[in-house]
Amino acid sequence: MGKDIKATEEQIAYGKLLDVGMKAGLLMLVVTFVIYLLGIMPVHVPVNDLPKVWGLSVHKYLEVTGAPHGWGWLVMIGKADFLNFIGIAFLSGVTILCYLRIIPILFSKKDTIYGVLAIVEVLVLVLAASGILKSGGH
Amino acid sequence: MIRRPIVFLFIVFLTVLIASAAFCSTEPVTAPAAPTGSTMPWWGWPLILFIVTFLLGIVAVLGGVGGGVLFVPIIGGFFPFHIDFVRGAGLLVALAGALAAGPGLLKKGMADLRLALPVALIASSCAIVGAMLGLALPAHIVNTALGGTILGIVAIMLMAKKSEYPEVKQADALSTALRINGIYHEPSTGQDINWKIHRTPQGLATFVLIGVMAGMFGLGAGWANVPVLNLMMGAPLKVSVATSKFLLSITDTSAAWIYVNNGAVLPMLVAPSIIGIMLGSIVGVRILAKTKPAAVRYIVIAMLLFAGSRALLKGLGIWN
Repeated sequence: MGKDIKATEEQIAYGKLLDVGMKAGLLMLVVTFVIYLLGIMPVHVPVNDLPKVWGLSVHKYLEVTGAPHGWGWLVMIGKADFLNFIGIAFLSGVTILCYLRIIPILFSKKDTIYGVLAIVEVLVLVLAASGILKSGGH
Repeated sequence: MIRRPIVFLFIVFLTVLIASAAFCSTEPVTAPAAPTGSTMPWWGWPLILFIVTFLLGIVAVLGGVGGGVLFVPIIGGFFPFHIDFVRGAGLLVALAGALAAGPGLLKKGMADLRLALPVALIASSCAIVGAMLGLALPAHIVNTALGGTILGIVAIMLMAKKSEYPEVKQADALSTALRINGIYHEPSTGQDINWKIHRTPQGLATFVLIGVMAGMFGLGAGWANVPVLNLMMGAPLKVSVATSKFLLSITDTSAAWIYVNNGAVLPMLVAPSIIGIMLGSIVGVRILAKTKPAAVRYIVIAMLLFAGSRALLKGLGIWN
C-alpha cells in the first residue's frame, strides 16, 4: 500500500526543479567565493579593509564603501566581491522558478485556487526581489 | 564513504581561506572607515566563522533545530560583524539548508505542498515586513528583541509537547475547501497515515507573526512552524517537520531579497557560513544515523540560553 502513495505531479515537478536549482546555486556560490578568495579579480572593498567596515550598520557600510544596493551589484560584477552575488541571487531566486514551473500544472488540473495562490506568491517574491522595497536608515 | 569527501572539502576550503591572505588586495577603501582595534588579520574571523558554522551544522542536526536559530544569536553575540549582516547571513544559511532539504522531502511526499502554499503566502509576505522593520530599527532594539525571542524559543523547546498523530475529529471548512489533507507512509510501522487539519484560520493568522519574526531576526522559523502545524493545526509530526523545513525555503526567500537589495549581505560572511553549516550538517546526519546523544538537545538549549542572554544584555547595553 505504502509503495502506491506518490507525491502529486506538481510536488514532484517542484522538487525536481528545486534540486537542480539548489545545486547550481550552491556551485555558483562556492566557485565565485573561491575566485574572490584567490584574488584573481579586482575587488570593490579590499579584503584587508573588511574588518574596518563589517562592524558598521548596513546604512553606514554603504555610505563608507560606496557599495551599491538593489540590483546595482549587476554593474559591479567585474569585481570579485560582487561576483559572489550571482550565486546568492540564484539561491534566492530558485523558489520563484519552482512556482512558475507548477502554475501551469495546477491550472491544467483545474486547481484554480492553488493556481491563483501560486501566482500571488510569485508576485510577492518578485516584489521582494525587485528592489522597490527600501528600508529606512537607523 | 561520504566522510572522506567532506573532510577533503573542509580541508580544501580552510586551505583556500588561509592561502588567500597571500593574494589579497591592499588597496584601501575609498572613504574613511571605523577603526576596529583588532590585531587579527582580515581572514581570521572568516576562518573562525567557517569552523564555528561547521560545528553548528553538526550540533543543529543532532539537536533537531535549524542552523539559523543557532547562527544569528551566536555569531551576532560573539563575532565582530554588525547584526544587520549577521541577520542577512542567517537568512541565507537557513534558506540554503531549506533548499537543500526541500527536494527530498517533496519527492518522498513528507512535505506537503497543499499545506505549505497558503501558509507560505502569508509567512513570506509578512517576512518582507519583518525584514524591512528589522533593517530600519536601531541595533540595540533588534538585539534586545532578538534576545527576548531566543529566550522564548528556549522556553518553547523545554515546554512544548509534540504529538506524532494529533487527533483531528473534523477538518475545518477552510482546510476542506483547500483540500489540505493527505496520506503518508510511515516506514517504521508500515502504516499509511491519513491526515487532515483543523483550526486553519487560527493557524494562518499565527503565521503572520511567525513571518514577521523570521524576517526581522533572520532566524529561520522551524521552532515556531512545527508547533503551529503540529499542535495547533493538527498535522502529524513528521509532516509538520518536513513541511516546516520546506516552508522556510519560501519564507526566507522573500526576506533574503530584502536583505540583499538593502545591501545587508556580505559575501565574506555568507559563503563561509553556508559552506560550513552545510558540511557540518552532512557530518551531523552521518553521526545521527549511528547515535543520537540525548545530551545534545540540552547542549543546544544551553547554547541558546547563553547566546539569547548575551543578545538581550548587549541590546540593553549591559554586556557590550
